[in-house]
Amino acid sequence: MTTRIVELRQGILKKNDELARGLRQRFTSAGVLVLNLVSSPGTGKTAFLERTLRDLLVHGSRAAALVGDLETDNDARRLAASGAPARQINTHGICHLEAEMVSKHLEGWDLAGLDYLFIENVGNLVCPSSYDLGEAVRVALLSVTEGEDKPLKYPTLFNSADAAVITKIDLAEPCEFDREAALKNIRAIRPGIRVFETSAKTGAGMAEWFDYLAELRAARSAVRQSIQVI
Amino acid sequence: MGRDGVRGVESCFRVKDRMHELSIVGSIVDSVTESAAVYRGARVTEVRLRVGALAAVVEDSLQFCYGIATEGTLLEGSKLVIKILPVVMHCGACGADGEIESLQRFSCPHCGEPVMDLRQGRELEIESFEIEEGEIEKEGEVVAP
Repeated sequence: MTTRIVELRQGILKKNDELARGLRQRFTSAGVLVLNLVSSPGTGKTAFLERTLRDLLVHGSRAAALVGDLETDNDARRLAASGAPARQINTHGICHLEAEMVSKHLEGWDLAGLDYLFIENVGNLVCPSSYDLGEAVRVALLSVTEGEDKPLKYPTLFNSADAAVITKIDLAEPCEFDREAALKNIRAIRPGIRVFETSAKTGAGMAEWFDYLAELRAARSAVRQSIQVI
Repeated sequence: MGRDGVRGVESCFRVKDRMHELSIVGSIVDSVTESAAVYRGARVTEVRLRVGALAAVVEDSLQFCYGIATEGTLLEGSKLVIKILPVVMHCGACGADGEIESLQRFSCPHCGEPVMDLRQGRELEIESFEIEEGEIEKEGEVVAP
């Protein structure tokens, strides 16, 4: 009997990574900015997204949303009430979204007709960090009702984020939220990250968030134009 | 299957809601089965992974589901060896390369400046697998050269 070692050197999530790469190319050529929103359950991703979609629509932007949950289409219905197209992805037990699920749920959508596509991930601070969805920007959300040390407890996810959003700041006082500690912890895990302090209820901090979205779009279209010139 | 095995399967499916290690193990089984298919009649005895400290997988959870997910496959009974890779950074301020000292503080171990440039730590890959060949001839099967 002989023993042989077969070198493989292959990414375990190779299939997802390849699909995500394809999606990213599709999004870039369609000119749509895609954001992947990740947080614990209960952080207020859906409320933050409702407000974002509603306000973007008022300002004449074209936005759509995909929302992942284990079960129910409650969130898609909430988001659709904003007037933006919204679709539910039910994962039926899977704790994160995968590129294939995103791809399937894009069918029939004219991506070139959109400025923004938001993907609300399943509420979970661990599993979604391993799965690339082809997004341009990953946003980690944290509410004032959670511990300020959450970024330290979940460094994998916060370190992979491009921007952080603190939600429910209208509740900061009653929750005795330690703002300085939260900012310090976020930046310890992801130095230099942009942090937005927001309230979907009062609209606080949303203007800065929309400025950031506009900046991202401007930066991307500049890149697209320079590619077209070449 | 013994009592422990049954309990194992139940736990594995129960935790499916909360962890993605089960789907990761599923991907490992698929990849290795596909690559091992050319070695007809061979048995996989060991699978070696390289997993970064920032890869968001729990070693115990991977091991926990591995035995169950490999049952009835070419990988049945094989050993899963996991090599954890530390997070390696490159410091833009002082130019040093090195391991970060804590996952709670992404800063340069030499000069203390915050670091964004990570060179290692998110790997999630199958490095290699080991197979046993040779029993095939005894069984009179045709082996591809």
